[in-house]
Amino acid sequence: MSVAAQPAAASSKVLGDLYARNAKSVMWRGYTATKTNTYLVIVSGFFEPVFYLLSMGIGLGALVGTVATTTGQEVPYAAFIAPALLAVSAMNGAVYDSTWNVFFKMNYAKLYEGMLATSLGPLDVALGEISLALARGALYAAGFMAVMQALGLNLAWSAILALPAVVLIAFGFAAVGMAITSYLKTFQQMDWINFFMLPMFLFSATFYPITVYPEPIQWIVQALPLWHGVELVRGLTTGALSTALLGHALYYVVMIAVGLVVTTRRLRHVFLD
Amino acid sequence: MPQPVIRASNLVKKYKDFAAVGGIDFEIAPGESFGFLGPNGAGKSTTMRMIGAVSTRTGGELEILGLDPDKYGPEVRSQLGVVPQQDNLDVDLRVRDNLIVYGRYFGLPTRTIAPRADELLGFAQLSDRAKARVEDLSGGMKRRLTIARALINDPKILLLDEPTTGLDPQARHILWDRLFRLKEQGTTLVLTTHYMDEAEQLCDRLVVVDKGSIMAEGSPADLIRRFSSREVLEVRFGGGRNEEVASQLGGIGDRHEVLPDRILVYSQDGEAELSRIHQLGLKPITSLVRRSSLEDVFLRLTGRSLIE
Ligand SMILES: Nc1ncnc2c1ncn2[C@@H]1O[C@H](COP(=O)(O)OP(=O)(O)OP(=O)(O)O)[C@@H](O)[C@H]1O
Ligand SMILES: [Mg+2]
Repeated sequence: MSVAAQPAAASSKVLGDLYARNAKSVMWRGYTATKTNTYLVIVSGFFEPVFYLLSMGIGLGALVGTVATTTGQEVPYAAFIAPALLAVSAMNGAVYDSTWNVFFKMNYAKLYEGMLATSLGPLDVALGEISLALARGALYAAGFMAVMQALGLNLAWSAILALPAVVLIAFGFAAVGMAITSYLKTFQQMDWINFFMLPMFLFSATFYPITVYPEPIQWIVQALPLWHGVELVRGLTTGALSTALLGHALYYVVMIAVGLVVTTRRLRHVFLD
Repeated sequence: MPQPVIRASNLVKKYKDFAAVGGIDFEIAPGESFGFLGPNGAGKSTTMRMIGAVSTRTGGELEILGLDPDKYGPEVRSQLGVVPQQDNLDVDLRVRDNLIVYGRYFGLPTRTIAPRADELLGFAQLSDRAKARVEDLSGGMKRRLTIARALINDPKILLLDEPTTGLDPQARHILWDRLFRLKEQGTTLVLTTHYMDEAEQLCDRLVVVDKGSIMAEGSPADLIRRFSSREVLEVRFGGGRNEEVASQLGGIGDRHEVLPDRILVYSQDGEAELSRIHQLGLKPITSLVRRSSLEDVFLRLTGRSLIE
């Protein structure tokens, strides 16, 4: 058959056998698998942050009143935590998809082994899996932002930019998550990921301003990825635009680049050694 | 011989210092059915993975359809169908979707794959299970689906790593029949197996490998001729007497071999040897004359003890 005979990656020889420009087939596979199986996971991923927002934002918000953002702007408590929850749910979804899911597919389902026996390269697999996680994350984010809009928590026009920002955040976490997962051998090691994620969720200026911490602690928090995500999304939804936002975005661009390079190398090492 | 589709010379694969494949040479002609026969750990799967362009060689030369698999991985893989030793079907997908999705990994459009998927389901006798979940298939059905999947890109070469291990006789015969049809259509088959009857049925030519090296090469009949006799006489004397009797059998048969429970006498004419044994006044409890098989060759070349 002539179609099969065409060299799959002829025009992308820079990446050699790493990339066959066919990440979309990996996404298609994920879509088909989701269709075949339950929709429940998808629905629950949407509701979790909404419940947080309603209980803490509305409930606690009544006691707290307003809070000052990094730029000094006073905003209602619900408007303060909503963007943080958006960033957190992007992180959680991306990390779940790129760690637990990927770990299982790599080690138990032998899914990638099958994929890499075709004309796909490791980069196709990595990009396809990550894109799928992002598509799902974007869907959740759009839903959550609709809720924010309904509750009047999008304070500025720039809130619309929070959507691509969330995708960027998810991309960063997914790329790094997949890279880390490719080194892990047992489920026990996977627990370390949760061990790291929970405190990051609680302390990254999610529920109160970073200024409550002494300065050295602030530095630590500022070194962690989630803080940059929270600040980026909060800046956009509250309209506190500054060049700092570009710095936050850059943090994620670096995560993506490093994550993709490491993941591709590792997939190649593990499956094409 | 026409231009070979696979050519390996001094092919080596090392894991750290251990040579899983220690410098082997072989050539496979288009349309040929070629087998790797060898005990556990011989390096069969390792060789198959190098041919399948999913494992880079440590040394030597390897060419698949004229391309170096280490440099042209995706191009080489696009021309291959691979049936791995362990099924790795996509359990999240239904039976037919397994074929469709796999075809898309090769970058083929759905309009090409869809009719082919239906045809292959028929070929694998799975048409009525098209919508079933993979988990609900029996082992034999899974194996047939894996073979169907390997054919979705209409490969020039089909690599089968122990295609029928773990299947019952019916399932094996169905699979053999399917593989035979592919061979008739001109697909090059490369397979590994532990089953001598499978090798005799399917392989035009085979190599016996052990500990990463090729011990012998030839057609099944050729190997039997070279490494065994036409017939084998099996005699049992029971209760530890075999060893003692064997010492009196000098001059009988081309050679003989003592096993714990029986003595094998290799010969052109088993019946004649049996009457000579009777003439010596020896009375075996049971005796059996059979044609020599590839199994005799295999055991002669790779020994009877477990290697691992
Ligand atoms: N990834 C690996 N790392 C280290 N050693 C390996 C690896 N893969 C295979 N080996 C070793 O290489 C040798 C050959 O293995 P291989 O799987 O090729 O054998 P085989 O002939 O297919 O055996 P079997 O009949 O049991 O499938 C074995 O000793 C095995 O332990
Ligand atoms: Mg094997």
